Amino acid sequence: MHVLLVDDSSTMRTIQKKALTALGEVKFTEAGDGVAGLAAITAPGAQFDVVLLDWNMPNMDGLTMATKVRQGDKKTPIIMVTTEAEKTRIIDALKAGVNNYVIKPFTPDVLVAKVRQTLEKAKAA
Amino acid sequence: MSSTATEIAALVVPFVSSVRTVFSTMVGIDISVRQPHLKSDPVPTYDISGIIGFSGGISGSVVLNFPVAAAQGIVQAFTGSPVSVDSPDFADAIGELANMVAGAAKTELGQNSTISTPTVVRGSGHSIARLTDVPCIVIPCRTEMGEFVIEVNIKCANGAPKQGGN
Repeated sequence: MHVLLVDDSSTMRTIQKKALTALGEVKFTEAGDGVAGLAAITAPGAQFDVVLLDWNMPNMDGLTMATKVRQGDKKTPIIMVTTEAEKTRIIDALKAGVNNYVIKPFTPDVLVAKVRQTLEKAKAA
Repeated sequence: MSSTATEIAALVVPFVSSVRTVFSTMVGIDISVRQPHLKSDPVPTYDISGIIGFSGGISGSVVLNFPVAAAQGIVQAFTGSPVSVDSPDFADAIGELANMVAGAAKTELGQNSTISTPTVVRGSGHSIARLTDVPCIVIPCRTEMGEFVIEVNIKCANGAPKQGGN
């Protein structure tokens, strides 16, 4: 499995990587903002099983990145992992094409469960 | 600067709730909160500050402010390994803690606001530019690694939030 982690916090990316080892063998590609995340997912030959995407980041936020990704890629599952927990924000994210949502702070179990759920839905689609 | 006790409590409660949740969930430590108080001094209590700006329906700043020893212990518990105070990873961890505490409180406060990405400042006697027309509320937090404070200096465009949030 190949996971794209997009978060401006290296600490948060490390915590997510540790949690997702519960899923078995996982390859990670990391990006520190939406610009680098978008470049990674649109690079020739790039293929990710799931994208974990922060909302508040410098240069390009997660909502903008998700919107841009969905202009060309309708399939790669995107999970927003963010402190933004207001209903209006969640609706905005879903409208932009985000498939699932994890609110920070989270436990490793919650993150793993959401990733599993998202992958199963994507497989069934 | 004549906020009532009720208005101050309405700002304090979301931060007490958020800091407890963030630290128990992500750091694995419990927080006990002591009596909040007001301050006018722009110099934070301790040497390390994780600063988050608010804009939109809420303006101002929130600072998680740590003494070095407590910050080292908390960062180690958060990241799972010792991190040098001078390392970029140390500032990143402090910034992410501030981000999560401010973000969770923002949800409870309502008011349709946005928060900045974190800034981390380290050094004895550094000062924080604050709003002068509202008080700076200091929320002392005690952990097994030592004490730190949350300094809340925000105002809501629509007046103080009701207790219990949105």
